[in-house]
Order: sequence, then structure tokens, then C-alpha cells
Amino acid sequence: MNDFGTAVTLAFAMIARGDAALYGIIGLSLEVSISAAVIAGIIGSPAGAALAIYRFRGRGAIVLLVNAMLGLPPVVVGLAAYLLLSRSGPLGPLGLLYTPAAMIIVQTVLAIPIVTAIVHRAAAEFWARYGEGFQMAGATRLEIIPQLLMLGRAQVLTALLAGLGRTISEVGAIIIVGGNIAGATRTMTTAIALQTSMGNLPVALALGLVLITISLVLNGVAFLIAEKSKS
Amino acid sequence: MKKYTPISLAFAAVFALLMGISGSYAQQPYFVLASTTSVENSGLLAHILPLFTGESGVSVRVVALGTGQALDTARRGDADLVLVHDPEAEAKFISEGHGINRREVAWNDFVVVGPAADPAKIKGNRDVLAGLRAIWSTNALFVSRGDLSGTDALEKRLWKAADLDIGKAGPWYKDIGGSMGAALNAAAALDAYTLTDRGTWLSFGNRQNIVILLEGDVRLINRYDVIELNPRLHPQIKRDLAKKFADWLVSPKGQSAIGNYELTGQRPFHPESDPKP
Repeated sequence: MNDFGTAVTLAFAMIARGDAALYGIIGLSLEVSISAAVIAGIIGSPAGAALAIYRFRGRGAIVLLVNAMLGLPPVVVGLAAYLLLSRSGPLGPLGLLYTPAAMIIVQTVLAIPIVTAIVHRAAAEFWARYGEGFQMAGATRLEIIPQLLMLGRAQVLTALLAGLGRTISEVGAIIIVGGNIAGATRTMTTAIALQTSMGNLPVALALGLVLITISLVLNGVAFLIAEKSKS
Repeated sequence: MKKYTPISLAFAAVFALLMGISGSYAQQPYFVLASTTSVENSGLLAHILPLFTGESGVSVRVVALGTGQALDTARRGDADLVLVHDPEAEAKFISEGHGINRREVAWNDFVVVGPAADPAKIKGNRDVLAGLRAIWSTNALFVSRGDLSGTDALEKRLWKAADLDIGKAGPWYKDIGGSMGAALNAAAALDAYTLTDRGTWLSFGNRQNIVILLEGDVRLINRYDVIELNPRLHPQIKRDLAKKFADWLVSPKGQSAIGNYELTGQRPFHPESDPKP
């Protein structure tokens, strides 16, 4: 248990020391994972709502697919993105491999199914309850989507946080397309993987504690915002 | 006029965000170096790169991978230069036409590490093949990288040189399919033997009961080479920046930076010019 004590002490020391490299890593982690969660929200929320209110052939299959994609293995998404973004791949000329943009793209792909599935479930309930009312008021289905999302804003926030939970903790995909480059694409999780492989287990664990703390703060802030928006 | 839909606006916002983020990281000229993990994990690159960047204004983005994967990354055109340590894989890379101008930049050695209790009794032995035979015949636990890295390739060659068919090894032979660090963590946790380069070993922080047991065989010499990419196959690479760094590595300045690097009171890397045993 001594290792855990060392890690806690170390975590405080690292934060207090104000180590520039550490803050850079934290900053990039937040930038990448929050960007990915927000983009996933922008794409996944309307998609989830649309799945709840439009009736078309193959809708069931899409819902099934979205739910199945909740279990997408990050390492496979990372590998597929690597092959696409590689210089010899179809998107190679964009020069995105080993950049934060590539990391945001893979994490967005991982977060979209989560946001879509959660929003879809909430939107389906609101649609069942208020759908007829909306239609009687003469709104088109396209106009109803933002209204449903507004009604279910607490659930949309939950969906965003769930997406953020996946992105901020993820390592398998970003280490492939980011390359864990010091000062360019090293994040909290890839730094933890590196420290573990260097046998610096207390340092790795301390970074983990910092990551958990950041995650707690983000969720706390979101919770406060949600509480405020209710009143 | 066509009305902008929320979806097209969202895509525009996403695109702007991605471009902004990727743009904000490209202030200094840089190139991508695919290197073997040992030069990164041992702290060597962190020691020498600031010196090079200070002199040249060029920053080096290091993607640290096993040698096999580093060469593959370069084959796909995703790196501008490679720094690796597997002579056979390098020769293949060059004969395929991907690499040119291979130059040795440094060397050190591999060591066999294992539990201090040394159940296979290999301590003090300088003959690595005899050591492997002893591990084989006592069925002592052995951790293999199994990842086509330079270290893994050497380990496989050594078993073969000892006339042992590793395909027929028992459950004592653990193929973990991971990095040097993962193999050392596994060896420490299992009290097992493993083969490691000295640089990674010196920087490794989780040794527990594991110590160096066998060293000093000439078969364990570990040379690090820098290889430039063939611009005919890879016209898009940053050839000039990569060559600048490769030239610097073999220059007197680069060589003394490598030789001067100290880790826990030892110098894990010899410059190329140091005589080999």
C-alpha cells in the first residue's frame, strides 16, 4: 500500500511545483477530450433526436448499430484512423497524423455513439409524451428537434459528460494517431502509459490521481450548471 | 439564397476548430523521428534534442516505437527519419529501397536480467547461449517481448544460435507481446528472466528483485543506426530537416552529447567512435 501513499504525495507535489510539462499535458488532454465531446454533442444530439422522431425504413437497424458501437474498441478506431490519415492513406495529404486534430477525430468517433444513444433514449420519451402537441401546433419534424433537445437539456448534458468520460480516459486510439510526442501530442493517459512502461509506477499512479481529480471537477461544474438551469 | 442548416454550420465550426488546433502547434520547423523506445525511455533523446534544437531551430517530434513498428511507420511515409537498432530489419528496409545512408550513431549492449535468486544459475556466465540453455533446461520463467522489436529479433536469433526451438518451449516462456517496459514490469512481477537493452534497464524504476545476471558477450552488442528515407519513394518527407539532424548526430557535437549523457552515474550510450569489445 506504500506505493499508493507515495503516489498521493507525488500528485500533490507535481501540481504544487507547477511543472510546465505537466500543465502542458493537462492542457492538451482537456483540449482534445473536451473538443471531441463537444463535437460529438453537436453531431450526436440532433442525430439522437432525429432517430427518435423520424420514421423511416432501417431506423431500427441504425439504432441497433449505434448501440453496438458503444462497445467500439478504441484501438481498432485508432488503427482505422491511422490507416486513413497515414501519408500512404487516402487522407494522408491533409498531414493530420501525429497532430492533436487527429486525436480529436478518433475521440469524436468514439464519443458520437454514446451521445447519440443517450439523447435518443431521452428524446424518444419526450416525443412520446409531447410529440402530438408539437405536431398540432404545426411544427415540422425538423423544427421539433431543437425543441426536444431543449426539453431534454439535462439529458443532453448527461450525454456530453458520458462522452467526455470516454474521451478523457481513452488511450488506445490517441496513442496510435497522436504518437505520444513530447510537447506535441502527449496527454495524461499516454503519459501514464509511458511512465508505466518506464517502471515509474508511483509517477504513473500520481498522474492517474490528477486525471481523476480533473474529471471530478469537470463533472462537479457540470452538475452545478444543471442544477442552476433547473431553477 | 439557400438557408444555412444547423448541420452545415456545425460542420463548418468543427472544421474551423480542427484547423485552428492543428495550426496552433506548427510554430517551429519540425520533422517526425520514428525511434526505438530505448533511446526515448532512457532519457537520451530528452538530453540531446534540446541541444540540437537550440543550435538549429528545428524541433524533433519523436514517435517512440519498437524497431519493427518504427520501420513500418517510415515505410508508410509517416516519419521523416528513423533511429533504430536491428541490423537485419534495417538491411531489409534499405534493400527494399525505403532507406538510404545508414549511419551508426551509438552503441551499448544488451543484458540478461532476472531474479536475484537466479534459479537457472546463469550469474557470472559471459556466454549468452549457455545462459539461455540453462534457462531452457531448468524451465525458469522467461519473458519475451514478442513484438518484432529490435530486442525481440535479437532474442529470437539467440535462441536459434543456441539450437533451441522456441516454438517448442513450455509455459515457462511468456510471450507478452509488449514494450521493453511492459516486459520488465512482467519480469519483475513474475520473478522471471528477460533480455533488455542497457539504456532501458538503467532508467527502469520498478526492478523489485530483478538484477543484471549475464553481460559481456559480444553477441549482445547493440548498435543504434540513423537511416534517412529515400526521397524517390517518399517525396513528401522533410528531407532537409531530417538530414540536418542525422548529420548532427554523427558530428563531434552530437557524438559528445550522446557520450556525455549520464543516468544514475553511468553512461548508458557509447558514441559510435568508442571501440567495441
